Amino acid sequence: MVDVKRIQEGNYDLLTVVGDVDASSSIELDNAIEEAIESGGKKFLIDCSNLDYISSAGLGVFMSYIEEFRKRDITMIIYGLNEKVANVFEILGLDQLLVIKQTKEEAKAALG
Amino acid sequence: MSSKAIIRFSALLAAGSWIGMLLTALSILFSKTSGLEQSVGDEAPPILMSLFIFALFTFYKYRIERAESINFVDLLWKVFVTGLIATIVSLFFQLVMNMLGNTKLAENVVFLDFIYLSNFGLVAAFLISTFIVWKRLILYQKSRFLLTAWKIFEYALLVGLVMNALPVTIVENFEDVYLIILILVGLVLSVNMKWVAYLNFKQKWKSILLIALAMFYLGYFSFTLVSASSEIADKTDAFLDIRENIFIIALVSFIFIYALFSLLVLLFNLPTSSVFEQKLEEVVSFQKLSQSIQTEQNEERVYEILIESSVNTVFADAAWIEVDNEKDGPKYYTHKIDVEGIIKIKNHLKANKIKGILDQGSDKTKNLNKYLATLRGSPYRSMMAFPIKVKGKQEATIALLKDVSEGFNKENSKIISTFSNQAGISIENFRLLTEALQNERYKEELKIAKNVQSSLLPDEIVQDDDYSAAAFSEAADEVGGDYYDTFRINDHKVAMIISDVSGKGTSAAFHMSQMKGVFYSLTQHDMSPKDFLDSANNALSRCLDKASFITTSYYVFDTKKKQVEFSRAGHCPTLYYSKAEGKATYFQNKGLGLGILRNEGFKNYIQIDTFMYSPGDILVLYTDGITEAKNVKGEEYGYDLLREAIQKHSDAPVEEIKKEIISELYAFTGTEAIDDDYTVLIVKFN
Repeated sequence: MVDVKRIQEGNYDLLTVVGDVDASSSIELDNAIEEAIESGGKKFLIDCSNLDYISSAGLGVFMSYIEEFRKRDITMIIYGLNEKVANVFEILGLDQLLVIKQTKEEAKAALG
Repeated sequence: MSSKAIIRFSALLAAGSWIGMLLTALSILFSKTSGLEQSVGDEAPPILMSLFIFALFTFYKYRIERAESINFVDLLWKVFVTGLIATIVSLFFQLVMNMLGNTKLAENVVFLDFIYLSNFGLVAAFLISTFIVWKRLILYQKSRFLLTAWKIFEYALLVGLVMNALPVTIVENFEDVYLIILILVGLVLSVNMKWVAYLNFKQKWKSILLIALAMFYLGYFSFTLVSASSEIADKTDAFLDIRENIFIIALVSFIFIYALFSLLVLLFNLPTSSVFEQKLEEVVSFQKLSQSIQTEQNEERVYEILIESSVNTVFADAAWIEVDNEKDGPKYYTHKIDVEGIIKIKNHLKANKIKGILDQGSDKTKNLNKYLATLRGSPYRSMMAFPIKVKGKQEATIALLKDVSEGFNKENSKIISTFSNQAGISIENFRLLTEALQNERYKEELKIAKNVQSSLLPDEIVQDDDYSAAAFSEAADEVGGDYYDTFRINDHKVAMIISDVSGKGTSAAFHMSQMKGVFYSLTQHDMSPKDFLDSANNALSRCLDKASFITTSYYVFDTKKKQVEFSRAGHCPTLYYSKAEGKATYFQNKGLGLGILRNEGFKNYIQIDTFMYSPGDILVLYTDGITEAKNVKGEEYGYDLLREAIQKHSDAPVEEIKKEIISELYAFTGTEAIDDDYTVLIVKFN
């Protein structure tokens, strides 16, 4: 079960991901990001401080947008990953391709 | 003795005893009238007569009672035919008598007795056969009580028969009392008329005719015999007077009473027979509807049976079923009405704002007798309609029409309501059955996929003198996404791979097969692990769908240099146990999953690591299913427990290490059911 909320804060959109992202709920995450891109925003923060678990299918969702973000010149910054989830990102090597920060402040600073 | 033999024997016995009776009776009569000395005793004729009747009884009992057919009209027909034959023969005797006129022979008492006894034989045959037929009619619907009553009646008749054979009267007036008792028992048994209800109108008419004829025969025979016996009695008393025969009198009374009762009951039941037929039709229709869910039949057939059954049971003049179909518009099944007529009626109902009859989704179906009276140009004056619901959703409507007003009664509407409910159930069952078959097929397909996929994993691991290896793999779903394999590149080099495809199930299994293809195409070129992963990424980037990736670790064992070169593409860190250090550690190196970065930049994220191995060292390849396996509390098995397990069993042979690891893992999760695929490959160096 996952719940994704999007709100506009200043010059960026904030997506809050709450719960577990597994094979079935990854579709919801995908839809939420897709919607955010369609809305025309160029800057996104993704709050994962309440993301308890992410499966390979969930990682696949983040991965699938890397190329599109680069093309459309979109900046997306993820923050607040717990230790376990951060480890999953690291092992896969996604931390080298995505911008991942510890806190919201760091993330906002990186967004510029 | 077979029943055929009994029939033959009893027929023979009847004929023999009849001839015996005839000869003895005539001889006694002749002796008495001519004053000669008797050569046979007086007791012989009555005994032979009883024997004759008993033989006849056995004969018909086996012929009629054992007959398979229980068609009532056929049974009555038998009575009629027997009576007819007896009458014709008897009429022939009458004719002979008339032709003789007042000649001496006609006056001769012996000759009269001969005619009389011949007639008696015929009548006895008619009576006994009728009696057996009546028995079958009365016992059509048996009960223990009825059977007992009937048995008593039969035995009582037998006693009467024996009494006739006895030369002396036991008690004065006893015979009269006994006769009255017999007649009363016969009367009580005659109230069993259940068979009448099962006849249709035509059969009832036939039965009435046949029974009336049987009664006529009975009257005729009684008259003939009684008048003949009284004529003989005027001349002598040394003959077999049937007027004193209890058995015959009781039998005639019983047959007459039952025939009379049957005739009356049949007559009174004539007007109601159509109701019974209708009820029967309803039952048959209902059964047809219930049975219309066999696999070769379809929903169309259910609707066809419904409309046919409904029209037949309520005698509707026209009917239709409208099946909703969102795609192609409504579909009609009609009976004696065309779609144009239906639409006319529907428009009429709409124009007059008559709601709740044909409205889809409304379950207020009612008898609309009065509304149709205003519809001009249509012969129909009453109508009723019912919804056909499948899983609570209205899928169709059945409407029935009649050309008289107030044409449908409450009973009719109840029946059609039941029918449409049953039709709904039939359709639902039919769909469930189809679905179940479909699911079964999918399951079969998955089984095939599982077989194909498990054949993708190697049967054997390439072995070498330098190491021994053991592997375990278990998929969470029918098909999994974990892969491992080995390949001997040359005499001193062996390649080993472990992969985990993102996602689970069938799509993961497809990607796994692609990985296997990539492995076998590339590994034979003796590439460095980095080049291997780069090429693999290049190939898979064109195969994998947008959100899929594969994590892999690729190892090249060089037994000459005693070293292993390896690279990691996003796969879980390799666990290595060093015997010298006596502990296991995870290799920390950079990497990126295959298919994540689908361009030239990929190789920048891959590095090569090398280590030298010594005997007793252990290399553990595994997938994240192992480290992420959860126990009931939701805790993960994790890296630490895996490392500790390896350290604990490091001295054991490789097979045993594998077994211990797996059993510890299952003991930790506490269940045989797994969330993600488990794969572990253990290499122990010699």
